Amino acid sequence: MNLQAWRTQHQSESLHGYNFAFLDDSAKKEIRRSLLKAVAIPGYQVPFSSQEMPVARGWGTGGLQITLSLILPEDILKVIDQGCDDSVNAVNIKKFVAKVAEVNSTTDTQAATLIQTRHRIPEEPMSEGQILVLQVPYPEALREVEPSELETRRMHAEGDYARMWLYLYEDIVRYGEISISYRYPVTVNDHYIMDPSPIPRWDVPKLHMSEHLSLFGAGREKRIYAIPPYTRVEPLEFEDHKFRIEQFPVACSRCGSCNSYLDEIISDVDGSRQYFCSDTDYCDKRCA
Amino acid sequence: MEALLKARRLSKIFGPGCSLCNESTGPDFDTNVCPHCHSVVACNAVDFDLYPGEVLGIVGESGSGKSTLIKLAHFEWSATDGEMTLHRSGLPAALAELLADKADQYTCNLFGLSQFQQRQVRNALMGIVYQNPLLGLRMNVSSGGNIAERLLGAGWRHIGKMCDRASELLEKTEIPISRMDEPPKNFSGGMQQRVQIAKALSNNPLLLLLDEVTTGLDLSVQARVLDLIRSLQREFQLSMLVVSHDLGVINLLCNRTMVMKHGRVVESGLTDQILQDPQHGYTQLLVASQL
Repeated sequence: MNLQAWRTQHQSESLHGYNFAFLDDSAKKEIRRSLLKAVAIPGYQVPFSSQEMPVARGWGTGGLQITLSLILPEDILKVIDQGCDDSVNAVNIKKFVAKVAEVNSTTDTQAATLIQTRHRIPEEPMSEGQILVLQVPYPEALREVEPSELETRRMHAEGDYARMWLYLYEDIVRYGEISISYRYPVTVNDHYIMDPSPIPRWDVPKLHMSEHLSLFGAGREKRIYAIPPYTRVEPLEFEDHKFRIEQFPVACSRCGSCNSYLDEIISDVDGSRQYFCSDTDYCDKRCA
Repeated sequence: MEALLKARRLSKIFGPGCSLCNESTGPDFDTNVCPHCHSVVACNAVDFDLYPGEVLGIVGESGSGKSTLIKLAHFEWSATDGEMTLHRSGLPAALAELLADKADQYTCNLFGLSQFQQRQVRNALMGIVYQNPLLGLRMNVSSGGNIAERLLGAGWRHIGKMCDRASELLEKTEIPISRMDEPPKNFSGGMQQRVQIAKALSNNPLLLLLDEVTTGLDLSVQARVLDLIRSLQREFQLSMLVVSHDLGVINLLCNRTMVMKHGRVVESGLTDQILQDPQHGYTQLLVASQL
């Protein structure tokens, strides 16, 4: 079904009092305009109005608004929370979007056209035409080093990133390596330093020259930014201290994968430690 | 020899400013507040040349506009009027490209550059030491990190090389290398000042700006810091702009001196000449009260 057909069909019912996909058309238009600007300037944080949603701010409202402003009846939606298709946050967002936009949902990364995610990027590579929507709690990568928004905007505008680099330098001097485990700052398109949302280091290289479009929404902080397909995304690193991803001592206890990001699970019964793929769809596919 | 830095008509007015500001303030009127529009004329139409390897002193009472001059030269404040140009011969290649607008011997007016370009110029060519170490140092960052910050700003991306450079500079400024990883807040005032000097020197600046560097230090520490500055100046052939209200400091460091009052230069010349044969009434007063 396309949007026109859907509208014709639902005209008489006046759709439970809502527009298609919950947001009214002017709100969607505003978000899409922000998205276009974000895509045009990779890594730049575009302010947007951030509507009230039927979910509390900080629970994925930024990602949700992007999803709702883009979704069409023919889309196939996948929602994950830290790699998991079945966690409460993911399921509720998926149910909500399915209800207000009547789209089909899936857990299959390859089958989905639109994937909303919290803090992970699926293990399976995504392809052209797919859109990844990431939920962002803190969009400002420089917030750690500068509390003032006015000042961070100036720093971005002028490419004045010495203090961010100094932060990493201090980390290395103190601990021998960079201690940032998630929200690892990246340089997008050789220009802006960007917060890739709290994805683990493992996922950062997946953003580099990716085939899919990545959109970042911070509902509470009212910011949208984007990485268009085939854009350079480079983690900050020094010549003698390169960026590196997590290393796992074992393989997944369920599917045996040695090439996926693993969660450590401590057994309630005997306290033993086991490792499982954080991406449940990837693990299921390997087991099937 | 040609001047490294030329400043012309340097002016800074705080407030709305009016057409009568210039003619109704200054030493002749004994004020720098314009009686018509109540703007503060912090400095007005100051001209100076700074030659390579030269140390130029600026002396005057509080509020005479000497620190304003340093802040204008360091692009911290934007000038109301005036022009500052650099000789092209000293410019590094990256900067020469940035400032390539005409084939003149001097760059374009640096005050006309964007903030981004001004920061590039500052990172590549200038170092500054403030009276208050809180202004020049990050007190919670290690001393090595403080020095590295300037290098990072200038595009260095090799931790090992930056650490080497930091320890080299700290050694020169007589800070024990063992304390390199300590933040300056753990240090005494004199040590903090020496870390500031190390930081200012990190990028091999063409121009070093010193704003009341020894004020607030006790006499023996003052002497050591001045000694250090003097030997570094000789070693690196630094061109320096030294602001002080202390004629002793000026006498020790500077080849030439300008005396400022109420935002104007009232007298300038060789330091010895100014100290031994002051012409202007205010300079005479200054010298007399010093000795």
